[in-house]
Amino acid sequence: MSDIATPTITAPAAEAAHASTEPPSTRPRRTRSVLVWLSFGWLAVIILAAVFANLLPIPSYSVPVGPPRQAPSWSVDTLLGTDSLGRSLLARCLYGARVSLVIGTVAGLCGFAIGTLAGLLAGYFRRFTDAVLTYVTDSLLAFPPLILLLALSSVLKPSLTTLLLGLTFLVIPAFVRLSRANTLVWTSREFVRAARNMGAGDLRIMSREILPNVLPVLAAYLPIVIASLIVAEGSLSFLGLGIPPPTPSWGGIISDGKDAIADAPHVVFMPALILFLTVFSLNQVGDNLRARFDRTASES
Amino acid sequence: MVLTALRRVARSALVVLLVSFLVVALLSLAPGSLAEVILGENATPEAVADLNARLGLDGSLFQQYFDWLGGAVQGDLGTSLLTGQPVLQTILERLPVTLELALLAQIIALSVAVPLAIGAASRPGGLLDRSISALSSMFLSIPAFVAAPVLVYFFAISLQLFPVTGWAPLSEGIGPNLQAALLPSVAIALNEIAAFQRLLRTDLANTLREDFISAARAKGISSSYVMLRHALRPSSFSLITLAGLSTGRLIGGTVIVESLFSLPGLGQLVSSSITSRDVIVVQGVVAFVAVTYVLLNTVVDLSYGLLDPRLRQEATR
Repeated sequence: MSDIATPTITAPAAEAAHASTEPPSTRPRRTRSVLVWLSFGWLAVIILAAVFANLLPIPSYSVPVGPPRQAPSWSVDTLLGTDSLGRSLLARCLYGARVSLVIGTVAGLCGFAIGTLAGLLAGYFRRFTDAVLTYVTDSLLAFPPLILLLALSSVLKPSLTTLLLGLTFLVIPAFVRLSRANTLVWTSREFVRAARNMGAGDLRIMSREILPNVLPVLAAYLPIVIASLIVAEGSLSFLGLGIPPPTPSWGGIISDGKDAIADAPHVVFMPALILFLTVFSLNQVGDNLRARFDRTASES
Repeated sequence: MVLTALRRVARSALVVLLVSFLVVALLSLAPGSLAEVILGENATPEAVADLNARLGLDGSLFQQYFDWLGGAVQGDLGTSLLTGQPVLQTILERLPVTLELALLAQIIALSVAVPLAIGAASRPGGLLDRSISALSSMFLSIPAFVAAPVLVYFFAISLQLFPVTGWAPLSEGIGPNLQAALLPSVAIALNEIAAFQRLLRTDLANTLREDFISAARAKGISSSYVMLRHALRPSSFSLITLAGLSTGRLIGGTVIVESLFSLPGLGQLVSSSITSRDVIVVQGVVAFVAVTYVLLNTVVDLSYGLLDPRLRQEATR
């Protein structure tokens, strides 16, 4: 589970060798594209449902709609059944999608912005900047991800802000490494030397010459990072350290249901299935984007 | 070679120092003073000042750090605020459970992933390859907190093959011990299976295109022998590295399963200490795990050169 925020990111140079030796015909194209389209479809559905949750004809997520732990049945209120307090699981899962997706996306984007910038500086200026940033990154990576989050939540009160802060911290190192490695590759290219010889300053070279090449590669990792952040948030909520109740998040719903699993497995299985499908879709889309944009990464 | 190794060790030492500083600095992140957080909002100012002095929090951050580091070097990670027990002793009591879970998960992951990768790499792009690839994408998307309750439902509640919760130490016999450890280990192994399978499949597929493989095939050696004797070894170095590195991740993963199955390991120690605001224990465990992780990575990095003769030369460039 705690594969959080550690998508296998390595130096592009090493992996470039892999990519070039893999003939394109061996890539499992057809199956992949079907899965990827299905994934896009699911993501569209879950994102739309989360955005328009308050317009959909579903009950409130905090008010009981029937007896506790009612099995799923054909009615809007209890399409996925009810939880241990009789609240509609459908409503809780859709409102939970809001929390989980927003947390994953916001923390992912913040980490992306900060990490890309830091990696760009490290890779461009080398020497002192590089050494300092590399040591800080290595130290942050030295904490197993969940342990770092737990340590943070031991001193900070659980709230949306602290959760976002902790999760952002978690993904910065991966983006720093990736951005640094890509910057190193691009900085040695002829057009960068040409720009420098024409008198372009550091700022201009970084923003006009290097950043446009580095950004798409890093952005292609975003879906995978967001997936890992959703898992991280779920893990924290599962341990009771996430968003405080009654606000639902997927991890929290699973955690609430785990004690009732013997009599009413749907209270765990339904949110678990939705979380799995979302994480799976994000990973599929991410793999696909990565293969398309990151020429330096290996296939898959 | 020796110089590279020394530089690697020096680098790790610096990272260890930075990591421990971050752990100490963490406590100063708390809004207000830590003692107020621990004692709650209704604490008297005297009690807060007293606890602050006991925690050594009245000095500067650097003084706190050197005090803590001085103790840590001598094996003193402080005493629990709740039980008064030395933190290091508690950690060492809990460590075997977590280590066993991580080790078992690693064994499960490797013994499933290696055959899958061999199967997938033997015909890249074939039906088997694509099915295995889809399977491992699925495994990659099942977090432990989803896998664990589902496994419990099917194997512990419906089939009653395993206990729902609880732990049996090795002293109670290997049967009950494995029975208690198996489900939690499988739950955290799923992600590893997928990661290992993907990596080894890519490396195997690349190795299989090398000339020495064609030479072996041309000699008339059967493909399974070529796969196992000629291709597997040179393809397994990244896998070994990843397996070493992922041990830290597994320790993170055990937090979830230890709390769900109520197993007396390090992870449960952390999560219960967070709930009871026993920050000294949290600090100790986090420092212990992080430093172990750094040391482990160093060993893995160094052994990499020993395992693969090709890298020894690259390292001396």
